[in-house]
Amino acid sequence: MLIDHPLLGLRDAAEFVYLGDASLINRPDPESGSAADQFYEYLHLRSNNAGEHRELWYHEQGDRSWLVVTRNTLTHNITRVELARDVAQRNASGEPA
Amino acid sequence: MDKPTHSAGINRVSEGLLDTSKPVTFIFNDRKYQGVQGDTLASALLANGQRLVGRSFKYHRPRGIITTGSEEPNALVELGVGARKEPNTRATVIELFNGLEAKSQNHKGPLSFDVMAINDRLSAFLSAGFYYKTFMWPKAFWEKLYEPIIRAAAGLGSLSGEEDPDTYDKGFLHCDLLIIGAGAAGLSAALTAGRAGQQIIIADEDFLPGGRLNLENDTIDDLSSAAWAKAAHAELQRLPNVRFMTRTTVYGAYDHGVYGAIEKRTDHLEGISDLPRQVLWRIYSKRALLAAGSTERSIAFGDNDRPGIMLAGAVRGYVNRYGVAPGKQVAIFTNNDSGWRTAHDLHQAGVQVTAVVDTRSTDAPMDIPGAYIAMDSHVVATKGRLGIQSITLSDGQMIPCDCLAVSGGWNPNVHLTCHQRGRPTWQDDIAAFVPGTDLPVGMQVIGSATGAFGLAERLQSGHAAAENVLNDAGVTFTANHAPSATSTRYSIEAFWQVPNCTGKSWIDLQNDVTSKDIKQSVQEGFKAVEHLKRYTTLGMATDQGKTANVLGLGILAEISGQSIQDTGTTIFRPPYTPVPIGAFAGRSRGKNFRPTRHTPSSQWATTHGADFVEVGMWLRAQWYALPGENHWRESVDREVTATRESVGICDVTTLGKIDIQGADAAQFLDRVYANTFSTLAIGKVRYGLMLREDGFVMDDGTTARLGDKHFVMTTTTANAVSVFRHMEFCRQCLWPDLDVHLISATEQWAQYAVAGPNARKLLSHIVDAPFDISNEGFPFMACAELNICGGTPARLFRISFSGELAFEIAVPARYGNSLMQALIDAGKPYKAVPYGTEALGVMRIEKGHAAGNELNGQTTAANLGLGRMVSTKKDCMGAVLSRRPLMNPDDPIELVGLIPIDSSFSLKAGAHFLAPDAAQILENDQGWMTSVAYSPSLQSSIGLGFITNGQQRLGETIIAADPLRGESIPVRIVSPHFVDPDGARLRV
Repeated sequence: MLIDHPLLGLRDAAEFVYLGDASLINRPDPESGSAADQFYEYLHLRSNNAGEHRELWYHEQGDRSWLVVTRNTLTHNITRVELARDVAQRNASGEPA
Repeated sequence: MDKPTHSAGINRVSEGLLDTSKPVTFIFNDRKYQGVQGDTLASALLANGQRLVGRSFKYHRPRGIITTGSEEPNALVELGVGARKEPNTRATVIELFNGLEAKSQNHKGPLSFDVMAINDRLSAFLSAGFYYKTFMWPKAFWEKLYEPIIRAAAGLGSLSGEEDPDTYDKGFLHCDLLIIGAGAAGLSAALTAGRAGQQIIIADEDFLPGGRLNLENDTIDDLSSAAWAKAAHAELQRLPNVRFMTRTTVYGAYDHGVYGAIEKRTDHLEGISDLPRQVLWRIYSKRALLAAGSTERSIAFGDNDRPGIMLAGAVRGYVNRYGVAPGKQVAIFTNNDSGWRTAHDLHQAGVQVTAVVDTRSTDAPMDIPGAYIAMDSHVVATKGRLGIQSITLSDGQMIPCDCLAVSGGWNPNVHLTCHQRGRPTWQDDIAAFVPGTDLPVGMQVIGSATGAFGLAERLQSGHAAAENVLNDAGVTFTANHAPSATSTRYSIEAFWQVPNCTGKSWIDLQNDVTSKDIKQSVQEGFKAVEHLKRYTTLGMATDQGKTANVLGLGILAEISGQSIQDTGTTIFRPPYTPVPIGAFAGRSRGKNFRPTRHTPSSQWATTHGADFVEVGMWLRAQWYALPGENHWRESVDREVTATRESVGICDVTTLGKIDIQGADAAQFLDRVYANTFSTLAIGKVRYGLMLREDGFVMDDGTTARLGDKHFVMTTTTANAVSVFRHMEFCRQCLWPDLDVHLISATEQWAQYAVAGPNARKLLSHIVDAPFDISNEGFPFMACAELNICGGTPARLFRISFSGELAFEIAVPARYGNSLMQALIDAGKPYKAVPYGTEALGVMRIEKGHAAGNELNGQTTAANLGLGRMVSTKKDCMGAVLSRRPLMNPDDPIELVGLIPIDSSFSLKAGAHFLAPDAAQILENDQGWMTSVAYSPSLQSSIGLGFITNGQQRLGETIIAADPLRGESIPVRIVSPHFVDPDGARLRV
């Protein structure tokens, strides 16, 4: 597979380490009254879609960027690649994905 | 007929495309033969009249050569000798060279009299599914009797059992356009795209490009098809933008235009080469044209496997390309026009055609002088034990022949179109599967792989596809015509098996599957094509059923009364043809499997008796044996004692080091560590405990504050990579607004622990004035940047893993080896010793420090006795979930020390704790031993372990049970801090 790195262009997937569902970016509020339940869901109830999936890849053999890759898990078709930092900042500011 | 001959080819009828001025000598079954340059082993054997070349897999039937190419199911030989012996190599793709040695396979005794041929007589017991039925009972017989016999009888060739002496390489290529196959369509496409300047790779498995153009007697642009292919090859080789790869098989289509290819580099060369034997290429293509051609299939009829029975396209291929007539009297059995082409070409070459038998009820397409022409007729039986002698037709006529050319039709090579789970489509007019519409990204199929078998159509499809690629890429080019040729006629009427034959009708020649096996499979309920495959092993041999699968499907459809489209195909998977495992390994073999990391002072350690141990990729000194020390314990005990009594030096470079800088560095550390770092003063070090988000302990280490915005963290050696990855995740994904940057500095700094009561005295010789190293000037847990050894920049940390007065000193990596020597020299007055990881381990167990055995991903801070370190005043990674009730039970397991009641016993890690007199059952389990060592300080075996409510049970005696090793030792629970529990030695 090839991943179109926003800073470096097409890179072989072998240069990356895979983590999983990009929802891991959305760490719950530890101060919330239901923090324990929220953290449990955040950590253990992640999606594993057959089809389009937003997931985290780390360019370990490259520039160490964490990326959010939108990939169809059935076809490996990649439709969007973003820096995870940008996604996280956008989420934090409440903008839509 | 089958007696080997030493002549240079009794069956050679012309020069073909060979260079007959260059004779080549080779050895088959210990006899010398002559071939010529351009021969394959198969063509040279046929030229020498050798029809019998091997025995079949299951029944040991005599078998010969069937095809001219990589689809060959039958003519498998052991190639080479000694460690280079390679079994199951297809004679049809082995390029002949001087000194080539090959042997036939799968027979006991001579090839012409194989004692295992008795299996053929026992065939009633060896039919489909026989493993599952025959060897079931009695149960005990499987292991003792059946399996050893089956294992001894199974398999074709044999391995040398030696290490592969050849080297293999890997490479990466990029192109605008990859063309797979250099036949009519591939060459036509390459010429069009190549002349327009596209970056092209064209790959072909053969050593002579041209595909069927070399095997047929066609005409293109007024040249013979072979001469046209030669000219096209020459032109493409001259183009700087074209990489023409012969002897290269594109074996797999992967995601996003990535293809795998295997190139044979030295297999065809005489003698032993020190160049890489084969190269595994990963090709990144923007577009790909699949010009993989098509493969002929056979017809099922009685005893259709005798040596001399070949595919019709191969028979004329041997005549046209190699100038070899596979027989002197050739009969033909066909259901399509390919058989007639063979008759025509053979007659032209002066080879006698004794009969043409066509299943179709039409008029004969042409006249073949001297041949018995039988339309609407079948071959029902053949004769000839070691090679065909005659055929019997459905009208009872018996016709003599020493070669029977069979054609059941042509199958487009759709394999690579299916590697991304695409499915082929059945096309009735050619009675074959063609590529479906769901192709790998960027791929287009051209030539006869599409099912268009006419030569003009093949050339045109390659040309047109290349123009499409150029247009899509926005390349301007001069439009031109495709090379011109007359369209060759191809018509077929599907015909699978001759009914009511007495002899066995073979489908898969490599796995010995017959039409009867297919019938039986259906009768027993294995009707789905994937079940049929597994029950009969149809198509599961090394050829993956290239000549057999569609014939088998045709018969399955006929028996089960459904269409072939509905019957479907099994899934095609890479590799297209076998790829040596050595090529996948490349140079990553033995010690080169992964890099070896040496610390900067490994040279010093090597010359001072170090015995190294692999820790991840690192090599670390585990002890330094002195002359006269015969057991590692002698060295380790000495190193521990010398360090505790005076001073020792240990290379701790391999600990992960992460440099952390930025205005928010302290805040960032507060979030990734369970304890607080924002309160750490500049010039101080603190022990840090890192949790995973699920609340379990991830790693530990020390972090030093070198400045307001500058920290240096150490991690355990094993977790250096994963902790760094985790911290980058925290930084980029969780807290992107923090102003903090990380960089791994593990390899940039060499670091040494100097430990023992004389550590300060030793370092006073190293540290440059005016740095104050006194206990007041540089107390426990201090750190500083300073100069040493007269101007060398260094970092000094007053931290201790051993429990002694200790320092860690770090210098830029290039000074590491010299610093080690300088430390040893400065330590001479104090009898300083270097110590390795074993002594390090002994001292940390004596001191009760947790390490990898205790930080196993299933332990909490509370388990380790560090529960109070998890700050309740701030959030951090893992804080919320570490408070879960089940992780904080009333009776937690806790880290304790353990010491045998009888000090002559040695403890074993992995032992489980039980109350005295308790039965050794899971319900009575109270904990387990994590680390053990012999403590020279206590002169006893000691251990660390986790046990329920351990801290409240100090002094209690329990049993450390080790049922695996049959030991049950009474041990006393003690504090994990065996040495200096109050830490007084650290602070002097």
